Amino acid sequence: MVNPQLDSDGKLKHLLTIEGLPKRILNQILDTAETFVGVAERDIKKVPLLRGKTVCNIFFENSTRTRTTFEIAAKRLSADVINLNVGTSSQSKGETILDTVDNLIAMHADMFVVRHAQSGAAHFIAQHVPDGISVINAGDGRHAHPTQGLLDVFTVRRYKSDMHNLRVALVGDVLHSRVARSEIHALTTLGVPEVRVIAPKTLLPADVEKLGVQVFHDMKAGLKDVDVVMMLRLQNERMTGAMLPSAQEYFKTFGLTQDMLNYAKPNAIVMHPGPMNRGVEIDSSVADGSQSVILPQVTYGIAVRMAVMAILGGGQNNLGQSNSDKNAGVHNGALEASSRLAAGGAS
Amino acid sequence: MKIHIKNGHVIDPKNKLDTKQDVFIAACKIAGIGKAPDGFVANQTIDAAGLIVSPGFVDLSARLREPGSEYNATLKTELQAAIAGGITSLACPPDTSPVLDEPGLVEMLKHRAKLLNLAHVYPLGALTRKLEGRLLTEMHALTEAGCVGFSQADNAMTDTLILWRAFEYAATFKYTIFLRAEDYYLGQNGVAHDGEIASRLGLKGIPAAAESLAIATILRIAQQTKTRIHLCRISSAEGVELIRAAKKNGVQVSADVSTQHCHLTEMDIGYFNAHANLKPPLRTTRDKNALCLGLKDDTIDAICSDHTPVNDDAKLLPFAEAEAGASSLELLLPLTLKWATDNKASLANAIAKITSQPAHILNIAAGDLSVNANADIVIFNPKAEWKVEASQLKSQGKNTPFLGQSMQGKVHYTLLNGQLAFQNN
Repeated sequence: MVNPQLDSDGKLKHLLTIEGLPKRILNQILDTAETFVGVAERDIKKVPLLRGKTVCNIFFENSTRTRTTFEIAAKRLSADVINLNVGTSSQSKGETILDTVDNLIAMHADMFVVRHAQSGAAHFIAQHVPDGISVINAGDGRHAHPTQGLLDVFTVRRYKSDMHNLRVALVGDVLHSRVARSEIHALTTLGVPEVRVIAPKTLLPADVEKLGVQVFHDMKAGLKDVDVVMMLRLQNERMTGAMLPSAQEYFKTFGLTQDMLNYAKPNAIVMHPGPMNRGVEIDSSVADGSQSVILPQVTYGIAVRMAVMAILGGGQNNLGQSNSDKNAGVHNGALEASSRLAAGGAS
Repeated sequence: MKIHIKNGHVIDPKNKLDTKQDVFIAACKIAGIGKAPDGFVANQTIDAAGLIVSPGFVDLSARLREPGSEYNATLKTELQAAIAGGITSLACPPDTSPVLDEPGLVEMLKHRAKLLNLAHVYPLGALTRKLEGRLLTEMHALTEAGCVGFSQADNAMTDTLILWRAFEYAATFKYTIFLRAEDYYLGQNGVAHDGEIASRLGLKGIPAAAESLAIATILRIAQQTKTRIHLCRISSAEGVELIRAAKKNGVQVSADVSTQHCHLTEMDIGYFNAHANLKPPLRTTRDKNALCLGLKDDTIDAICSDHTPVNDDAKLLPFAEAEAGASSLELLLPLTLKWATDNKASLANAIAKITSQPAHILNIAAGDLSVNANADIVIFNPKAEWKVEASQLKSQGKNTPFLGQSMQGKVHYTLLNGQLAFQNN
């Protein structure tokens, strides 16, 4: 089976899931993101990499935060951005996903950022767009949320230098979490030797250990000596589905308090993809505490999403760079241009 | 009309015939095998040299989509597909719209099928009204209208007391109950086998235990009430094991597997291929192997197509939203032959799985070449290769996970009631 995310030269064509992406591509995205971190701190927060391009955010499932960060990322790359909340428009009138997508193709969108409640929706759309249009998965069902996974490992990389010598624990509802799946694939692909999941059995998918993780059902044992704690959001529906008896009991057994965090290494960092349920999965004092890097995650999210869009848009972007170094491995012409521009040459 | 089929290799599992013989047909019946009846003069001769002459195939489950779902398929297109696939008798499940729970609907379906004169249609009536699992249907009246058994299609029974009573009532009249075993709650909203692939793809899983728990319940009630039960579309190794044990203990149980489940596993979902969205879900390689072995040792009696034509729009959706099912009438023969090749089973054994065995389960006069039997015959080349292409399929449903694949085994002639109903050579 051909990897639908890569073109025949092995370059990124769509970003649908981290699973199956080679390490060199993940590093390419993270390295590029590194160059964009500084952009936000400048007076003019723009680089002209996607000037003239149209990025279309199609959200079949509501989201404010992810959509906003994608919008900011696209605008900082000088793209035109269209936001479409399909959940509230065409779909309720009976239009199919493909009809919606076809209409946007007809309006000459260059890149789709897609969120959908069904696993596989981004793959499905990617299979049906013509060549030259890229699809970025902004979350599909329980399957994948690759930019979140990338921004999380980007954050880890910023705080912990050596990925090959880390112990990371994911805590909470892995079963329903696309974020957890993307984090696991990103961490294991980048060579993190020990990835743990800590959750009650009701919140773990079947055969989860086959994803390359160690399973714990006890917070103290699971958090022991970890370098990174990645918390997962717990939806309130889990109580009505008989997956958990109550939020109180969950917080008592799997909530992250300072006492629990003390089992981790003293310099361990705490992450959360947001939005947080304070007092359900995480104690406020930990969320706002000195080990928390939850807000930096949001900041880095923009840089990582800029990097993904720049790389995907790179093939067509008209910066006077040729494809002469097409075979030069990680870097392509447009990308080197983007790095230069991001480093300060744009304004 | 008198037909002489000459030079063919006749395989008739029921009569243990596996030899080169001529077949003589007169007055819609088989008039002689090997030896022509006195004074036989053929109007038509079919040269079957190098071909297999077999009883017309009997399919235990083919959705024809009428009444109510003609956008997916019509009786005419699907019966044309059946006959092109060598299927001369088929049972159709009651999950039409409206549900086959009224004698009038069954009579109309039988009547419409008869007018088309393409294949014999044997409806399975609904076991409960509207398949809701609450009230029994008029099984006696439905049988008089033409039903050959009773089924819940894909609707699981949740109430074991009603299940028990339905069994007792059916057993009163010696009716057979056809059930696909899946625990309602464990199967709810699931779209894939609950295992590594579903976990990776983020699809809601259905554990193998959903099947085995339901099988255990059904077998226990069948044993207690002495009901004849047929378990449809087994998908798991543990299901096969339970049936094997029940048969040893003398429970009146038979079972089938679909052509899809003999060959595919959860891996075939690939990158969310909606054609691999099936009911029951495709499971592991271990499960598939157990199904194939179960067929070989006769724990599983028959292979069926589980034909479910779905229109393109209903498949052009994200995996879990796509309608489940595969179009497979025209693949029954090659996929059954492939099972035999892959598992070193004889050609006669393979043919039994789609002729005499399903006919016995349905308790219908079909699936054999006895003298005076209805002349429903298929003549095929077991070696001929062809490629599955949407444009070539007669079924209105082009939804098969085997699209683009090469098949071995091609129907050349199908005879229905002693008349040539399909020809392709």
